[in-house]
Amino acid sequence: MSTKLSWWKWLCVAMLAYVVTAGFLLGVPRQPILNETVRNLYFHVPMWFAMLFILAASVVYSVKYLRHPSPALDDKAVSTAHVGILFGVLGIVTGSLWAKFTWGDWWINDPKLNGSAVGLLIYFAYLVLRDSFEDEQQRGRIAAVYNIFAFAALIPLLIVLPRLTDSLHPGNGGNPGFKVYDVDYRMILVFYPAVVGWILLSVWIAELNVRLRRVSRALDEATAERPATGEEVKRQV
Amino acid sequence: MGVISRLTSYFLLPISNLYNPKSPYLCDQTERRKLEEIKALVQKEIRLEWRQRYALNGMLLYVVSTVIICYLSFNLQRNQLNKATWNALFWIILLFTSVSAIAKSFVQERPGRLLYYYTLASPQGIILAKILYNAGLMLILSGLGFGFYALVMGNPVEDGLLFVGNVLLGAVGFSSTLTMIAGIAAKAQNNGTLMAVLSFPVVLPMLLMLIKISKNALDGLDRSASQDEVVTLLAINAIVLALSYILFPYLWRS
Repeated sequence: MSTKLSWWKWLCVAMLAYVVTAGFLLGVPRQPILNETVRNLYFHVPMWFAMLFILAASVVYSVKYLRHPSPALDDKAVSTAHVGILFGVLGIVTGSLWAKFTWGDWWINDPKLNGSAVGLLIYFAYLVLRDSFEDEQQRGRIAAVYNIFAFAALIPLLIVLPRLTDSLHPGNGGNPGFKVYDVDYRMILVFYPAVVGWILLSVWIAELNVRLRRVSRALDEATAERPATGEEVKRQV
Repeated sequence: MGVISRLTSYFLLPISNLYNPKSPYLCDQTERRKLEEIKALVQKEIRLEWRQRYALNGMLLYVVSTVIICYLSFNLQRNQLNKATWNALFWIILLFTSVSAIAKSFVQERPGRLLYYYTLASPQGIILAKILYNAGLMLILSGLGFGFYALVMGNPVEDGLLFVGNVLLGAVGFSSTLTMIAGIAAKAQNNGTLMAVLSFPVVLPMLLMLIKISKNALDGLDRSASQDEVVTLLAINAIVLALSYILFPYLWRS
């Protein structure tokens, strides 16, 4: 097996290296309360973009699985969902940090924040649901059904509901959102590469996860097929 | 006005003619058969429920005893109970009632009999019939719940019509979301916990909208204040119904 990385992985490494260095070193506009925390824009916001992207990919794999069931597609659906959860947790952690320094508390009662927490609960329930099946085919199918259902519930929670109510979060409840003319051109130079870079990283992690699952499945099958060694028999007895 | 009446006649006439076998709108034979199938399945659900009356009575008792528990728990501060608390408590009672009522909609029947239905009816017919039946059940339960709750906890509702309409929307919404989740949970082993874990977060956006609208009704705000929420609620309901319709066949097959 060659160890050469594909071009988009190099792109990901380059972009994230640029985002981390430039994000902390380049100048940012002076805002009254935000001050230097505005740099969190390069980390907090792309986390959610990456999460939505990778969860949407998971839904696509689930739909594909329902049409033509195969273990490979199930692996892809569950791996992408796992990575989506990871990025959701990172989004909440970075957001919580930001809230501490701008709003004064780790967590405030805000529809956007609550929506994201409940959204994560939905996906934790997805993991619990998967674990409660023994049969692989049944697990794949029912998890796929719930995954599609969950994504449909996530979209109103994250995107529709916060816009209907009052919210402190930028872009919701009448607050000025993230618009091109609000943001200094220096920030755009870092923000767009950050979005692309973090999305690529999420795809990369998901790909590694899929390969890990494939290997462990192959190992399982190999151990199941060959006769048990003396050691294993002794252990079982 | 003319446009509206034309629109309503265009959309509503076919619906009012659904059960008319001579309807010109239903020349398609398969469509009519589907409707008859749903009708038969709903009748079957009702008959089944009526034969095992303990389940129905159990649910009615569940609502009543939950309300009594709330009443006694707030006994000392009944006069200080503000509208927001009254509202939240009411919806929590309804949520728990509907989860426990709908959770049994797939486990009540033995696997062998489900297999028998599989050979007889289409999965779409089954899920629609279950949703319709559960919506009816929820209407009865929430109606009774509201009546009894208002009796013991007082009735601060100012816009009664909006409140009742909201309860109806809630009953239909809960039944469409929870029926699908109950179908998923019934396939797994640890059914009771899974039902709660899967359904609470999914039903939450709907619950928040319902609580908001009923708070508006409690305060007697102008109807236009709740318009956005009602539209969102209807949209969520439509999405959930469409998804159940599309996804249930896959669930059913296993």
